[in-house]
Amino acid sequence: MSTIEINFNSQPTSVPAGTTLLEIIAGHIGKELTEAGQAVDGSKLGLAAAVNGAVVPRSGWAARELGEGHSVELVTAAQGG
Amino acid sequence: MSQNITELSTANDPFEVAGRTFGSRLILGTGGATSLNTLETALAVSGTELTTVSIRHFGAAGASASGSVYELLARNNVAPLPNTAGCFTARDAVLTAQLAREALETNWIKLEVIADEHTLLPDPLELFAAAEQLVADGFEVFAYTNDDPALALRLQDAGVAAVMPAGAPIGSGLGILNPHNISTIVSRATVPVILDAGVGTASDAAKAMELGCDAVLLASAVTRAHNAPLMAAAMRDAVRAGRAARLAGRIPVRDMALASSPSEGLMKTLVGEFS
Repeated sequence: MSTIEINFNSQPTSVPAGTTLLEIIAGHIGKELTEAGQAVDGSKLGLAAAVNGAVVPRSGWAARELGEGHSVELVTAAQGG
Repeated sequence: MSQNITELSTANDPFEVAGRTFGSRLILGTGGATSLNTLETALAVSGTELTTVSIRHFGAAGASASGSVYELLARNNVAPLPNTAGCFTARDAVLTAQLAREALETNWIKLEVIADEHTLLPDPLELFAAAEQLVADGFEVFAYTNDDPALALRLQDAGVAAVMPAGAPIGSGLGILNPHNISTIVSRATVPVILDAGVGTASDAAKAMELGCDAVLLASAVTRAHNAPLMAAAMRDAVRAGRAARLAGRIPVRDMALASSPSEGLMKTLVGEFS
């Protein structure tokens, strides 16, 4: 199986070719997600994702396949003034 | 409504901004707290109904899945006001705002575009450019700005929901360095004015409200205080006191004394009659 190199939250990461945004997010947060990008248990995720500097709405996570050199950002709320 | 108002409440003195109404005029930011437990107590004591959060990589310090700020706010029914802290350009601020909207399901954004990391003062040109783009994209923009009345009005004309002039640099605790400018902004703006940044202690927050600000946003003054919950209580009371004083109408400042005891009926021995 071939792999591709991407940047996930500024960290170089190898993933299998054909990996979707939904798959990498689910793996990272350790929660099962529906095709609509919602938690299977119905809880709110409080997450947002961008690929190459553009926001991908959660409804589009499943259809978004990652490519070589893509930059993925996964963010949430943190303390701030 | 009672004509004899001696207590302020949501009913007789609501804080209205961007189409929503709040009972508290204190917006307590979550930045700088040493622990989520302390933060949660301080938020509860402060009575705040709106609080700022930053947007950061998932998994970074303070942005994990369990015991998160996100869960803390949901649990305490405090509305999040995401910020664009850390952005130096309009482009970065707009992307951060769009991520915040997606993550927190709110179109409210505290727009912060700073010029450099030492002063953390707003970059007026990038700030204005970002405000225009975000307003056009449907955001309710809370613009963290310099204490410059001209810029505040330009931001208002651009369609922001509130202007938030800095009293002093973020985290400095210097208080309100130019009260005259804050007064000028208050007298000329039609959108809510929220004093943001620089508050060090309770009297600073009271002063902001006495100057006519609609609300006060502070974080470090509480979260970095030796006893954060106690300072949260002090800020809660200071904002209420300052607001009441503003509405009550203070006495004019005079150069010379004006006796408060009557001069009529004063005993003759005391006025030099027999001397």
